[in-house]
Amino acid sequence: MSVTARAVSLLAAFVVVAGLVIFVAIYFIGGASAMPTVHYTASGGQVNVALQEDPQNDSASKPDWVSYYVQDPATQKWVHTTLFSVPANTRVNVTLYGYDGCTPLRNNYFSEVQGTIGNTVNLSQFDQHGKEYVTDKTTPVINAWSDCNVGHTFAIPGLNLYVPVASPNASLSANNLCSDSPCTPSGNPYAKETFSFMSPSHGGIFRWQCLVPCGGGFLDGNSGPMQTLGYMMGEMDVVSS
Amino acid sequence: MTTEPASSSPAEARAEPRHGWRLFGIWLVLSLAADLLIWFAWKPHLPPGTMSDAARHQQFDIAVMAISGAPVVIFVLLYFIYSIVVWRARPGDDSDGEPIYGHTRVQAIWIVGTTVIVLWLFVFGTVELVGPAGAGAGEGPSPIWKLAGAQSSTWTPGGKTMLDVQVIGQQWTWTYRYPQFGGMESSELMLPVDTPVTFHVTSLDVIHSFWAYQLGVKADANPQVDNVAYATAKALGGFTVRCNELCGIWHGAMFNYGHVVSPTAFKTWASGVQAKEKADGVLADLPPYALTYDPTVVPQMGANLIKIDGITGAAGYYYPPSDPVTP
Repeated sequence: MSVTARAVSLLAAFVVVAGLVIFVAIYFIGGASAMPTVHYTASGGQVNVALQEDPQNDSASKPDWVSYYVQDPATQKWVHTTLFSVPANTRVNVTLYGYDGCTPLRNNYFSEVQGTIGNTVNLSQFDQHGKEYVTDKTTPVINAWSDCNVGHTFAIPGLNLYVPVASPNASLSANNLCSDSPCTPSGNPYAKETFSFMSPSHGGIFRWQCLVPCGGGFLDGNSGPMQTLGYMMGEMDVVSS
Repeated sequence: MTTEPASSSPAEARAEPRHGWRLFGIWLVLSLAADLLIWFAWKPHLPPGTMSDAARHQQFDIAVMAISGAPVVIFVLLYFIYSIVVWRARPGDDSDGEPIYGHTRVQAIWIVGTTVIVLWLFVFGTVELVGPAGAGAGEGPSPIWKLAGAQSSTWTPGGKTMLDVQVIGQQWTWTYRYPQFGGMESSELMLPVDTPVTFHVTSLDVIHSFWAYQLGVKADANPQVDNVAYATAKALGGFTVRCNELCGIWHGAMFNYGHVVSPTAFKTWASGVQAKEKADGVLADLPPYALTYDPTVVPQMGANLIKIDGITGAAGYYYPPSDPVTP
């Protein structure tokens, strides 16, 4: 083989390998960045965030994975993402809808509400007919090892914020869970929690996650949706002014 | 190994400098300078610092290893550079190099020297492992080298009672249980200064590694294993706890913070957390304290959940290992 032929072959091989690397980078990194971020802006020193967790989701690739949704404050539509931003040093009022059934915590310590203002949550629970069977109960604990109480958690370890998310009761969890995401209160049993916390005074990205091993189909429920952005793992971007 | 010329004239022998002594002299000066620099300039800044007895020993160990190793490194580099500079072929010299012969004295020095160095490191390392009770490393469920301190089911400031802390890893956070305070649990690691502490490190799911860097403590957190490590904090302040075992995609985010406070402040904090968790009811909701933390046994639910037949999903139970496939 002539020197020219060798050089051309080498160049062609280089182009192919470089192309593959660029493709992989764009496919994965670009794909991750394509996930939308829902931006919340403060009004009167407060910001209202709405989340829901569903037994499934409306994605094409992993429709059977349990998943969080974030409500866009502008359109009021539920967005299949776990990325949202809030302003720094602001009271964050969270409304969290729990549509998924119950699964016990591995570590029941996280049944205790921590890091919210007052270290409590306000809990209401509804059946599929809209009947409210628990009404605005302020509680510091939702015991995941007592009956069928907790579906998931909303935890931001970097802020020492740990909130157990209640589920519909045992009977409703077994028979009447929402099956079409994003779920709506109409025709579905759910739990509704409200709580508040202060965003940190400095900007930064804070990871949030579910501490219930809720990855059905994976060893002991770990992995899968539990560790994947867009499902049960998310990031809160705190934006400093 | 040295070379001996096959034949040389008396004049050439007189002109040849005594390379061995010259090398030894240079090596001695450089080694002394390096060791003095290591001990007096570098050691005070060596990780992990002096926040605990274990950390202080590790800093001392690293410094001793460095001053033991520096002369060896200097010797190798010096001989290498000296050979290039002094024994390089001169321009126009196309002759063969000198033949190499064995040299019993050099070989003996080499063997004895390296043996002494290795044995010294072995003895020093062993003493430094035994002396500070495992040097902050996890010793497994039955530690051979125990830290001195009285065992008690309660803890009060001022005494020499050992403080027990159970470290629990799970994807992706750490929590800490204090059996001498009713088994209360916290997401912050608080420790009293000048108090011997026994860490019981375990995990709820996969293998993690508890690494309290500034305390010089590192112990694997294995499910169903009580891995014991010791430390005595010697300075007030904050420290970082990291996971040091790749435990999943968010391993890098698995860290939180601890604080060393006065014994009185610690007692106030621990009693306060215990009282709050008792009032909230979460203390009663935790499993009884045990050296290993079995999340599959939930006494409050009256069942060993993982062994219940027919569990195929959550619905109030854990996902079992084989749902639906075990990798």
